[in-house]
Amino acid sequence: MAVVKDDCETCHLAIPVLAEILRAGHPLTVYWQDDGAFLGPDLAATATDDRSLEQSFHLDIHTVPTLIREEEDAETGRTEGWNRADWRDLTGLPALGDGLPAHRPGCGSRSVQPGIAESLRARHGDTGIRARTIEVASGADPVEACYDRGWTDGLPVVPPTPERILRMLGGTRRDRAEVIGRIPPAMAPCTVEKVAVNAVLAGCRPEYMPVVLAALEAALDPGFTLHGVTCSTCFSGPVVIVNGPVARRIGMNAGLNALGQGNRANATIGRAVNLVVRNVGGGRPGEIDRSTLGSPGKYTFCFAEDESDEEWTPLSVARGVPTGRSAVTVFAGDGIQGVTEQKARTPEELTRSLAMALAAVGHPKLCEWAPALLVLSPEHYAIYREAGWGRERITGALHEALLRPVAGAGGVAEGMPPSYRGPLIPKFHPGALLLVRAGGSAGLFSAIIAGWPGGRSFDESHPVTREIRE
Amino acid sequence: MNDSVTLHDPTSETTPATRPRRPPPASLHGRTVALLDIGKHRSSEFLDHLAAGLHARGITTARFAKPTNAKPAATALLDDIAAGADVVAEALAD
Repeated sequence: MAVVKDDCETCHLAIPVLAEILRAGHPLTVYWQDDGAFLGPDLAATATDDRSLEQSFHLDIHTVPTLIREEEDAETGRTEGWNRADWRDLTGLPALGDGLPAHRPGCGSRSVQPGIAESLRARHGDTGIRARTIEVASGADPVEACYDRGWTDGLPVVPPTPERILRMLGGTRRDRAEVIGRIPPAMAPCTVEKVAVNAVLAGCRPEYMPVVLAALEAALDPGFTLHGVTCSTCFSGPVVIVNGPVARRIGMNAGLNALGQGNRANATIGRAVNLVVRNVGGGRPGEIDRSTLGSPGKYTFCFAEDESDEEWTPLSVARGVPTGRSAVTVFAGDGIQGVTEQKARTPEELTRSLAMALAAVGHPKLCEWAPALLVLSPEHYAIYREAGWGRERITGALHEALLRPVAGAGGVAEGMPPSYRGPLIPKFHPGALLLVRAGGSAGLFSAIIAGWPGGRSFDESHPVTREIRE
Repeated sequence: MNDSVTLHDPTSETTPATRPRRPPPASLHGRTVALLDIGKHRSSEFLDHLAAGLHARGITTARFAKPTNAKPAATALLDDIAAGADVVAEALAD
């Protein structure tokens, strides 16, 4: 038998050869994948429609033309593309293809095209997916079925069909059965496959999988305390910051509206992380997620850092990842507090101004309480850059500008323990003020993302950075 | 023709074991009350008051503490409480 397609020059080359095989008295079936008309009248009787690609799938065809020899219903040989010696050997016809070139490579079989291969495997083969199967009856809306089962964060999800899950698994080289960790609060083991199912729900593309996996592994670091972040009465959810080449490769947004809507990678990577916490870990609001108010970031909060300026040390590099490598940093963060500062022209002025806004993290009366992520816009950063200030100097200056005496709580209930009376108290624990660059080129605005106060010391919950394994 | 749609479960597919809550004791006399400080500010202060009130009524207490409120209690701590007390009072909030 042979498998061919019209959209392949080598298949056209093989038509007279196939006719020659038929004339020699060999029984022959020619499966065509797209349009059988090109086979012509000589092969019409033996041409068999395989537009469904079912035969191609079962025959494990990767290249067309493929010629297969069968004896007593068992395959005894095959050759791919056109190779005169191989075809002669396989058919036992010593003069087959006289006058044709000795060799021509074939084309890719339609059955192995991206997207089609997974569909065929889901329809005709063993997908290997271990997650429980749910059949949604004919006529029922699969999106509604996902709602009915409580799988969504309130927004519609992409139904996790076998085809989509297989495609998602294609985005990672990791074994689908590998357990990446236990997801709190239920401490349920989570496989790469379960991550893929939730990544489908979230709307991810397969190439986002390494980022989703790295973000989850970072969030599962005991130092991040995902259990507390999820169950706390505070506002926070995991904020994912992506650095390195992967961010550009998958089209993440670090520019205009970087913290907002509109970019698929930003939107769905963060969403996938939260859906894993919900679906695998059981962290559902109103149940064990006890957040008093929550925040929009608990749907998704993910963006890339702007690394366009070589003078700037990216967040991942500042946190120990070698330059040029891709990494994620997870930060337990609330929503955004915008900082409007359009008058400062010197780094000192800007620092004092940003410090005033940063003092409000948690509450102005609280010190060494919650961490913070300061997202510096390009125009604010330009003021520092022109003065030669980099990440380290800016961070140090902000810490210094945030030192203050504890002199009562300004008429509101006391916020600091008596031991804080006397010396100057820092607003943030060492290492608890992170700087990231992002945003559009116009606008003297920056953003503060207040962090989760966690326990009562920075050691109990802190940001975690992980290199991305691709 | 069967045109149903196959989906795969995104959840952990585990079912928590549920057990009926043990009925509260009719009296605390002769029993040990575990006082668990979960690590919140002033938890211990609150438990000190509670302990004093219980002791004044002749009730035995045993103190336990989680290192932080941000993480779940370790299994060893839960085992210690189960082995050493009949009733638990937690100081939950700041």
